[in-house]
Amino acid sequence: MHAVTTSGLTKRFRGGQLAVDGIDLAVPEGSVYGFLGPNGSGKTTTIRMLLGLAFPTSGSAELLGVPVPDGVTRVLDRVGALVEGPAFYPFLTGAVNLSRFDAADRTADPRTATARIEAALDLVGLQPAANKKYRHYSLGMKQRLAIAASLLRPRELIILDEPTNGLDPQGTREVRALIRQIAAGGTTVFVSSHLLAEVEQICTHVGVMRTGRLVFQGSLPDLRQTGAARIRVQTADAGAAVKVLSALGLAEPQAGDGEASAILAGAEPERICAELVQAGVGVRGFGIVAPSLEDLFVDLTGEGFNVSG
Amino acid sequence: MSVADGIVGQAREPRAVPMSLRFFQSELRIVFRRKRNLVLLAVAAAFPLLLGIVLKVSAPGGGGPNDTTTGAFFSQLAGNGIFLSFIALSTMLTLVMPMLMSVVAGDSVAGEAGYGTLRYLLAVPAGRTRLLAVKYAALVAFGLCMTFVVSAVSLAVGAALFPIGPVTLLSGNTVSLADGLLRLFLVTLYVAAAMAQLGAIGLFISTLTEHPIGAIAAVLVLVVASEIAASVPQLATVAPYLPTYWWVGFDALLRSPLDTSTLVKGLLSYAVYAVLAALSAWARFTSADVTS
Repeated sequence: MHAVTTSGLTKRFRGGQLAVDGIDLAVPEGSVYGFLGPNGSGKTTTIRMLLGLAFPTSGSAELLGVPVPDGVTRVLDRVGALVEGPAFYPFLTGAVNLSRFDAADRTADPRTATARIEAALDLVGLQPAANKKYRHYSLGMKQRLAIAASLLRPRELIILDEPTNGLDPQGTREVRALIRQIAAGGTTVFVSSHLLAEVEQICTHVGVMRTGRLVFQGSLPDLRQTGAARIRVQTADAGAAVKVLSALGLAEPQAGDGEASAILAGAEPERICAELVQAGVGVRGFGIVAPSLEDLFVDLTGEGFNVSG
Repeated sequence: MSVADGIVGQAREPRAVPMSLRFFQSELRIVFRRKRNLVLLAVAAAFPLLLGIVLKVSAPGGGGPNDTTTGAFFSQLAGNGIFLSFIALSTMLTLVMPMLMSVVAGDSVAGEAGYGTLRYLLAVPAGRTRLLAVKYAALVAFGLCMTFVVSAVSLAVGAALFPIGPVTLLSGNTVSLADGLLRLFLVTLYVAAAMAQLGAIGLFISTLTEHPIGAIAAVLVLVVASEIAASVPQLATVAPYLPTYWWVGFDALLRSPLDTSTLVKGLLSYAVYAVLAALSAWARFTSADVTS
């Protein structure tokens, strides 16, 4: 059973730009799914389509088994969402803002509204600022209020779009702890981020977007396995070491400063070491280096400041 | 943590609360507790007050233009304070009341889009059609409130500054004060209906943009353009089809027998405009991406 599925979900903006290009998401129920990709890779547009805010150009999507956007009013009361930053009425207090959104929910029980609002504010540590006008909130407080709004009721799925934007490291840690807590209750969490490091510790699954396409989807161990481990030899004679490595048929041999490396693939490290010694290469250090998730992520999404799309 | 655990638990099966007025009440709170809208209502109240004082001081024996309906109201004022209400409604109906209505109507959806709260309301989910219906109901409530503020304040000021008594109608016959007050009540409702029509047009324009100022300006431009067009003699044949043409028709209620043909045509025109505008708003709002 999946909390979110999409099939060939596509969004072409009126200007002709393809923002989301036929993606097939499968978010397992109960998972914490990190939806990763650089800014502009189509994450928010995808989330907007899931929430029925934007209509897909083609393809289909289901939330908790209900087709969207047709069934949004039937399913969204079981879904909490934070989309593209917090947005509230600046002239209302935090608590009144939450009661406004609770009032808009026709399936919410008005009798428990006050208690639920207090609990949600408590959960994000905003109780002391409950009666302060939203316009006087700091960026971090605004972000927390948005998370509180998504937790006004028990949810089966929480969609958080860049929930740590604008938060200091302390706040980021708190949000991570909160996501863990939500997930521990059995709620599926779909969290988007442009930073792998922010979600790496809490995700069970990831989907990686690049220029509107889903370039990877799977569990974190799956993602790790896509990376090719390299054999790394520390030696004074890197050139000679590279010759041995390429003679052994290893791919991408590279000579660096005081070291040589190549992709290990299926080769036996013991044999490589023996060959090196036999060829008279002085081996100071020898090891296998698995690429970091960060490296894999950058490989998938492209490097640096290239704004995709 | 115990309270929080309840929230972060597994979801229960949601129970629908049928026909709840909670969302509408919340919308009314947004409209009527907002400082800006209260200032607008204060303007609506201050205008008849100033008008009464100015007319008392400047023209104690009546006066003013005599060739128009409003002129007729002016000349009656010295003898009967109730006419201050008709003067206030007819003068404010050309610009002040449409302007106040435009601000609230133009802001209704565009303002939510501007704040970004629109996407969160829809994600709640408020439902697009339901959201529009609630927005429109609150606009009608604001229009009613504004017109009744104008007629109530002007009636009070008129009674305080001028004599009050039996009312001489535009048709020349005199009716009792009670009859006159009933007619004032009906006139106020007729003007409120005009505001409800404008509210629907404003709601539609408000769904077209995420910039409330643009929507407000567009509604106002529409009102002024319609009024100018209605006053051009060469356009007399199309004038009755303009949205503002029937607004001043409320003097039909100040004749005996009542000029029901004008009233029916006026209300029909409002209804047609309101329905067309509401349908356009619905068609637009339920099919457009929310990008704010």
